[in-house]
Amino acid sequence: MEVLKIATAGSVDDGKSTLIGRLLYDTKSLTTDKLEAIEKTSKQKGYDYLDFSLATDGLVAEREQGITIDVAHIYFSTAKKSYIIADTPGHVEYTRNMVTGASTSQAAIILIDARKGVIEQTNRHFFINNLLRIKEVVVAVNKMDLVDFSEEKYNAIKSDFQTLMGKRDYQDQRITFIPVSALKGDNVVNKSNNTPWYTGETLLEHLEALDMAAVSNVGTPRFPVQYVIRPKTEEFHDFRGFAGKVYGGELSVGDEVVALPSQTKSRIKDIFFYDKKFQTASRRSSVTITLEDEINVSRGDMLVKVGDLPTIEKEFTATISWMDSQQLNAGSKYVVQHGVNKVLAKVEKIHHKIHPDYSGIDEDTSALGMNDIAQVTFKLNKPIFYDKFKNHRTNGSFILLDTQSNNTVGAGFIS
Amino acid sequence: MKDTSHINPLENEAIYIFREVAAQFEKPVLLFSGGKDSITLVRLAQKAFWPAKIPFPLMHIDTGHNFPETIEFRDRLVKELGLELIVRNVQDSIDAGKVKEESGKYSSRNSLQTTTLLDAIEEFKFDACIGGARRDEEKARAKERIFSVRDDFGQWDERNQRPELFDMLNGQIELGQNVRVFPISNWTELDVWSYIEKEEIEIPSIYFAHKRKVFLRDGLIWSHSDYVFQEDDEEVLEKMVRFRTVGDMSCTAAVFSEATDIASVVQEIRDSTISERGARIDDKRSEAAMEKRKQQGYF
Ligand SMILES: Nc1nc2c(ncn2[C@@H]2O[C@H](COP(=O)(O)OP(=O)(O)O)[C@@H](O)[C@H]2O)c(=O)[nH]1
Repeated sequence: MEVLKIATAGSVDDGKSTLIGRLLYDTKSLTTDKLEAIEKTSKQKGYDYLDFSLATDGLVAEREQGITIDVAHIYFSTAKKSYIIADTPGHVEYTRNMVTGASTSQAAIILIDARKGVIEQTNRHFFINNLLRIKEVVVAVNKMDLVDFSEEKYNAIKSDFQTLMGKRDYQDQRITFIPVSALKGDNVVNKSNNTPWYTGETLLEHLEALDMAAVSNVGTPRFPVQYVIRPKTEEFHDFRGFAGKVYGGELSVGDEVVALPSQTKSRIKDIFFYDKKFQTASRRSSVTITLEDEINVSRGDMLVKVGDLPTIEKEFTATISWMDSQQLNAGSKYVVQHGVNKVLAKVEKIHHKIHPDYSGIDEDTSALGMNDIAQVTFKLNKPIFYDKFKNHRTNGSFILLDTQSNNTVGAGFIS
Repeated sequence: MKDTSHINPLENEAIYIFREVAAQFEKPVLLFSGGKDSITLVRLAQKAFWPAKIPFPLMHIDTGHNFPETIEFRDRLVKELGLELIVRNVQDSIDAGKVKEESGKYSSRNSLQTTTLLDAIEEFKFDACIGGARRDEEKARAKERIFSVRDDFGQWDERNQRPELFDMLNGQIELGQNVRVFPISNWTELDVWSYIEKEEIEIPSIYFAHKRKVFLRDGLIWSHSDYVFQEDDEEVLEKMVRFRTVGDMSCTAAVFSEATDIASVVQEIRDSTISERGARIDDKRSEAAMEKRKQQGYF
């Protein structure tokens, strides 16, 4: 089974909820009782169409305000793939939600209202998806029905967006443009008769055709040890299994590995998934590994292949996204959670703030507020084993925890 | 042949979450209702820790209004796997005067479970409670985190949730707080059923079509039972039915079905167009019901 996780981005009222509702409706993923609820509420509100946005807008507070305020997850599947949509709100003040939704996604849909075209918000949505190195971005130019399905309008928006693409850091990102009407259903699941000039795929066709291997981040194998399994039963008296998830690449029985931080070498003896042995542990599989030699490995340590070591350092510089209402200041201390490893960290230097709308940087920065993005150097109380984010999406990222409130207050991408 | 049975992404994610719970918390507990979701959780936990035993107990908050099949099943499973089972009864909370039994036509003990659960968490000092909730079940659940922090009163503050990025789960909490953990957050109902089929997991017999005395009300099929209030004019019928969830008898409706084995149940679910919660009577009371109960500390 293939699972594709998609983040959505769009400003308020661009039609994100409607688009998702439309996808659910046209793929027959809405259940009878949900459909009934939508019909009933649409009628109550006096609409002469079905308000699909009601399929996603969740919490009571949101219904009152009529806006989405957090990351919501929506599920649907076709015969080919299972889809998880992380629906994230588009306001300026919710950059943090967008970063959150995008962090686990392989694809993103950026919505543009055809009447408004590329606006400052669009820059932000694109910036964040690019910062997070989402491989596959779909730019859905929505509400085409309100601009008479004009090819010129569409092309003008496309060309504005392409100017933006010149400024991006991650150039290999694949970008596809699709003219849609979420409300009327044009080019969402079914091909539209209103856009004869558009010969490309519909949104769903495009998602269905995505090659999962191509949108995944393949790098070099990293195995952070989550948990050590020691059954101490008669049958498994000497069993010491290292439980964890394989990231970036595969590991196989017989591979020569190094345990970090001790730098002790050994070989992979067995790979278990539950009670079965496997020759290879695939990327993102949660396995248990045993080694030929008895070496000391505990939670937070990492197994890597010999000759393929990550950087082992007590200091790093990263782009961070700040997510807390309390400011980040130079000199403050936080816990860096890097995978399953936690270390104490001090903010050594805030280099500059980065405007997420491609309008430049602020050199003169002493503190960061909620939703700021900045380049920051951290000093750690012990070394971590990292890769650059651009080489390894998992081993190059971390979160920041507040030492007092324990909250997750930021996310970082190692430069 | 390349064996790829270990690369189901949802299963790998759930196993990863179980291991994080065992590593990050001192006293986790798996909330076990006897339903298919919690049975699936037990299988996933087995996989996460094999060849060691599951390193935490199960706890059942018993409303006393269960289907007898569920309880038999529960006790057998626990015995076979050599697990520790804690049972706390809603009846005891009622007897102690902490909660009041609901009365009337729609009375149910489902919402009373909250108090019993919170008391049990305090009694055992549990810092993580693993549950089988899924985000696809209900709109309010769609925003639930995988590690969801609850305050001293078990309350959920949906506006102030910790962001969850990448695979990283932040389980750091203060004394008195606890975390609800949802390893199958990203599964759909069909995913769970397909997994049960693929893994040949045994589930209680009431999930399969059987003859049962029922009556109809509000377009739903109710079990005829001492625990369920029934009007005199509500006629008892004998029908082939099965259950899609097995909560408290007083709030779990059946569906007509001829599916007597897992393959045909999976097929029926695949074809069906009524969501699972549509058969949970308590959710019909109000659209915002789940959200309200969650703020009060419900699972
Ligand atoms: N005419 C037209 N209206 C649309 C379209 N998509 C969304 N809308 C309307 O735009 C408004 C905002 O849509 P909604 O989905 O709630 O936007 P969100 O804030 O991005 O989730 C609603 O009144 C929708 O009915 C479209 O393709 N065409």
